[in-house]
Amino acid sequence: MLEIRNLHASVGGKEILRGIDLKVNAGEVHAIMGPNGSGKSTLALVLAGRETYMVTAGEVIYEGKNLLKMAPEDRAREGIFMAFQYPVEIPGLNSMTFLKAALNSIRKHRGLEELDAMDFLDLAREKMKLVDMGEDLMKRPVNEGFSGGEKKRNEILQMAVLEPKLAILDETDSGLDIDALKVVANGVNALRSEDRGMILVTHYQRLLNYIVPDYVHVLFNGAIVKSGGKELALELEAKGYAWIEEEVREACRVDLQEGGHAA
Amino acid sequence: MGITGERENYLSDFARFEKDISKNGQSWFGEIRRKAISRFAELGFPTTRHEEWKYTSVAPITKIHFNPCGYELNGLTVEKVRRAAFGELECSRLVFVNGYYSAELSSYRPLPGAVHLGSLAVALSTHRELMGPHLARYASYEEHAFTALNTALMRDGAFVNIPDGKVVEEPIHLLFLSTAGREPTVSHSRNLIVVGKNSQATIVESYVGLGESVYFTNVVTEVVLGENSVVEHVRLQRESRKAFHIATLQVHQSRSSTFSGHSVSVGGALVRNDVNAVLDGEGVDCTLNGLYLVKGQQHVDNHTRIDHVRPHGTSRELYKGILDEQSSGVFNGKVVVWKDAQKTDAKQTNKNLLLSENAEINSKPQLEILADDVKCTHGTTVGQIEEEQLFYLRSRGLDREIAQGLLTQVFAGETIGRIKIEAIRTGLEEILLTQFQKDKKHGETVQ
Ligand SMILES: Nc1ncnc2c1ncn2[C@@H]1O[C@H](COP(=O)(O)OP(=O)(O)OP(=O)(O)O)[C@@H](O)[C@H]1O
Ligand SMILES: [Mg+2]
Repeated sequence: MLEIRNLHASVGGKEILRGIDLKVNAGEVHAIMGPNGSGKSTLALVLAGRETYMVTAGEVIYEGKNLLKMAPEDRAREGIFMAFQYPVEIPGLNSMTFLKAALNSIRKHRGLEELDAMDFLDLAREKMKLVDMGEDLMKRPVNEGFSGGEKKRNEILQMAVLEPKLAILDETDSGLDIDALKVVANGVNALRSEDRGMILVTHYQRLLNYIVPDYVHVLFNGAIVKSGGKELALELEAKGYAWIEEEVREACRVDLQEGGHAA
Repeated sequence: MGITGERENYLSDFARFEKDISKNGQSWFGEIRRKAISRFAELGFPTTRHEEWKYTSVAPITKIHFNPCGYELNGLTVEKVRRAAFGELECSRLVFVNGYYSAELSSYRPLPGAVHLGSLAVALSTHRELMGPHLARYASYEEHAFTALNTALMRDGAFVNIPDGKVVEEPIHLLFLSTAGREPTVSHSRNLIVVGKNSQATIVESYVGLGESVYFTNVVTEVVLGENSVVEHVRLQRESRKAFHIATLQVHQSRSSTFSGHSVSVGGALVRNDVNAVLDGEGVDCTLNGLYLVKGQQHVDNHTRIDHVRPHGTSRELYKGILDEQSSGVFNGKVVVWKDAQKTDAKQTNKNLLLSENAEINSKPQLEILADDVKCTHGTTVGQIEEEQLFYLRSRGLDREIAQGLLTQVFAGETIGRIKIEAIRTGLEEILLTQFQKDKKHGETVQ
């Protein structure tokens, strides 16, 4: 459903993504791990359509369409959802008003009838239970004064309501206690299905105890330097990233000796 | 035609007008009218050399010869009146067409005994004893040219008199409609609102242009609050996009009174709103909130002045501006704390949202403090829609325009949300919504 080919992106003239290749098929869960500043959020934001990041080379095909040509709202309507690492606060904008407007714009795009206030409330209540979120939270403005954990739950709630085809979760597990982590995992697992794809950006192997990925990729300095099965996550947890770094350097040296170009 | 020439026009208007009204029992007010017109003759129209008019040129007004308006319904119906503003509001509604009171379109609801509500033109002849102590006693025609012009040429408007100890539960809506035709016309509407000791009232003033014509509204409203009275005042300016609107709201507050004013300005080509409040008693509470929303070539200038004259006064001021396209705005907020006004607590805030690179705002807070034991703060911000917030909304499937509209609404909501009566709040929200959504399309009408 998603194919990323040789994706390069930069911000403020600084290259951050340096040739990413990744293919996600429907039904698959991909975990992306990597040290701080390696470009994980940048990749997620580029896929969601954040314009501050300039794509300088490569392409992204989503369900046969050129994703990079689409506006962020069109990507969302076509089924892409990104849970932000740092969700923004919007003082004054009621959470329910916002989520209802979002859902209806997506439903409209899918040729479904828009939900009225009552039906929406029923749906929202059901999903709030799923992520163990109090109703009072949704009566407040979007993320305003929410704790870190509450913001993350709100992202999962939005995902549960909007039912995306491709979900990209950017460190939704960071900063959560074990109970909150289980809640997030439940939300994700509830959505997992044959026709949905997922990309989980995470720092910690911990999340992968609850959401078992099909593939694990290591992002390093703007490129995927290693891919494997779920056991790769355990290896990373045990050994840290240093050995990967070592491997990458080794590869470069070999490359240079052979007269090739270092990435 | 030069500025002097236009001044002459108004002077000859006055000569004709004076003959007109000499017959109808208003002669007691003639002296003030004559003083005001001669003061206008001396002052002339302000220019941008005038400190208070530095960023607002009224040259476009002085260049046009406006004729006095006539009462013309031009197909106006009760239904259209309802749609013009706050149609859902349960209230007594005084309707004015081109500045003239319209008995056929006005409607009254039961009011507490001895409350007077009606046409100012009529009251000038019949209620001299109630009006005499107040009319033109607060808004200074000595200092302000447009007030002088209004005082000399006022024809009609509303007179509201609430005696001591009366609580008027339902709002009173003064609705000024313009049906002006092809010829440029001017109306000098005048309102006097007197609220007695321990009384309470909500007054809504709306100015709505039906159509696209060029006309000039020069209006003055005086609000007088007796001791311990409570007044909520909402003002909606929604003139046609080609209209000129110059308005003064003059508030005079006695001991322990509470005034909450909300000024919402969306229409007009060239708009100037002056709000002046004199806190002339101990323990007075004054709130002035405002919202201005402009686009295209619109220019809006809000000047407020709060005079803390006596001790223990509190004033709170929040003005917010949303400026799009090539529009421009001015906020000038002056707070003067006089020598006797110890323990004054004044706070003023002006926040602006620029939706386009070409929009412009001049914001100038001014504090003049002559007392030494006071708490006064002010702050101004000018910003854009936050890209991060916009992206968040878009990433959830909302169009750029809708997302921007929501964020703009949220920005505006901070002021509108402070209006106590829900039906007024929702009425305003609806008006603002159409204003946001009609984006990029000009020349709308409210018919
Ligand atoms: N808007 C920006 N302007 C300048 N530099 C940026 C910007 N966004 C990201 N960067 C830089 O790009 C690099 C990659 O950042 P990114 O946020 O993608 O990393 P990450 O892998 O998500 O890190 P973390 O694990 O801390 O979340 C970092 O060096 C960061 O400082
Ligand atoms: Mg990150």
